[in-house]
Amino acid sequence: MPHLPPLLAKPVDIAPLWLVERVARMIFSCVLKAHPDLFARLGDYRESRYCFSPSDLQLHFRVVPATQALSVSRGTPPPADAHIEGPIALLLGLLEGRCDADALFFSRDLSVSGDMEAMLALRNTLDDSAIDLPRVIGSFGGPFSPVVTGFARYIRTRVLEGRETAWN
Amino acid sequence: MELICPAGTPAAFREALEAGADAVYCGFRDETNARNFPGLNFSREELRQSIALARRKNVQTFVALNTFMRAGDEALWYSAADDAVALGADALILADFGLMAYVAERYPQQRLHVSVQASASNPDAIRFLVETFNAKRVVLPRVLTVQDIARLTSQIDCEVEIFVFGGLCVMAEGRCSLSSYATGKSPNMNGVCSPASHVRYREEGGSLVSELGAYTINRFGSGEASGYPTLCKGRFDVAGAEGYTFEDPVSLDVIDEIDALRAAGVSALKIEGRQRGRAYVAEVVSVLKKALGATSAERAPLVSRLRTLSEGQRTTSGAYDKRWR
Repeated sequence: MPHLPPLLAKPVDIAPLWLVERVARMIFSCVLKAHPDLFARLGDYRESRYCFSPSDLQLHFRVVPATQALSVSRGTPPPADAHIEGPIALLLGLLEGRCDADALFFSRDLSVSGDMEAMLALRNTLDDSAIDLPRVIGSFGGPFSPVVTGFARYIRTRVLEGRETAWN
Repeated sequence: MELICPAGTPAAFREALEAGADAVYCGFRDETNARNFPGLNFSREELRQSIALARRKNVQTFVALNTFMRAGDEALWYSAADDAVALGADALILADFGLMAYVAERYPQQRLHVSVQASASNPDAIRFLVETFNAKRVVLPRVLTVQDIARLTSQIDCEVEIFVFGGLCVMAEGRCSLSSYATGKSPNMNGVCSPASHVRYREEGGSLVSELGAYTINRFGSGEASGYPTLCKGRFDVAGAEGYTFEDPVSLDVIDEIDALRAAGVSALKIEGRQRGRAYVAEVVSVLKKALGATSAERAPLVSRLRTLSEGQRTTSGAYDKRWR
């Protein structure tokens, strides 16, 4: 299971919540800008509250697609309709459709609870969206955008090594 | 032999094309097909674009309309068939005799495939569908041995397609009522086996407990590979003994039998998995494409990695290699 190395996890865990939330919202906003129809497939499940809990970070991310709201918390997971927990690398791999959610569920790398219809709708929505996170992160790099994108891609490849399915 | 590949979304469809599919099968975003899951399937416009893309790559598109029409609501299935024909589907995969009759009468030039959901598994049944509805191909249920298939193909006048990899339904498909019994919904009428609306997972003392409606389906120990919450793969206590009554949580893999299947007269090999992600489609299709061109000795290492993507992380040849226990 590709856990985040403590060297990377520790700074995130001790960073002020407002800072983590701000960065997460910036990335979320950038993804929505690049994919304005991202949540069209969700249908009625746009109203659902989704909680993502990276098992290698002491954080919970709650997203409500209908209002495009994202909040970050620590401690007990916030109330949500559907909840998914797993290593941050796999959660991001799922966000990009680079990992197969069912396979990660079978291998027990991911755990899910709550409204499974809402969870399934989100999984299928993201799977069709072709989000490219390194490109999104790279867009914050200004003149160094290609370098940042390339570095983010390198990290993604290393972290998902063996978990990412063979790409065409 | 053709490789028939699944697509639940346009993204998965593109992956299947890139990975070497000879044909891609998909369905509309409603209860006219047996994979009617939230967020899955195609709008009319998405299908139009996908068919156009497939044509450019010389790949066929099959549209599954393989649930059974609900009395009084036939218009939903009829309009789906009308639209699939108008959009240029290369074949319609049908299970309901009424819908087959509608397509055969309205669109006699439209190629018609008999869905696995029709559960046509003997020469008489298949001959009837060929003679009555001009069916060109039958997708066989996963309950026959390779020898059964060889005997069958020699007695019928249509192409035979069989499942070779992916989710394993062990029942007479289209007839199974287990999901209906537990939830009131079935793949046959609603397009969903073990509908997500009735599925719950919970952690209990390190175990993963899966529930379907009012039934506990399984309790997977810590680290034990899990499976789908279907009654046919549930672990039950029967007469004091705990175990898998019908089938284990396991996926189908009969790639080893490719040569025997070819000799048996099979025309097309189908990959199950419209409900799976595009990453799964990309990997399974590309591996099986390679396996089709490989020698029997080369196949085993090629497909071994696919086991990690499978339900329960295990595979079986199922009924194709039936042994009594």
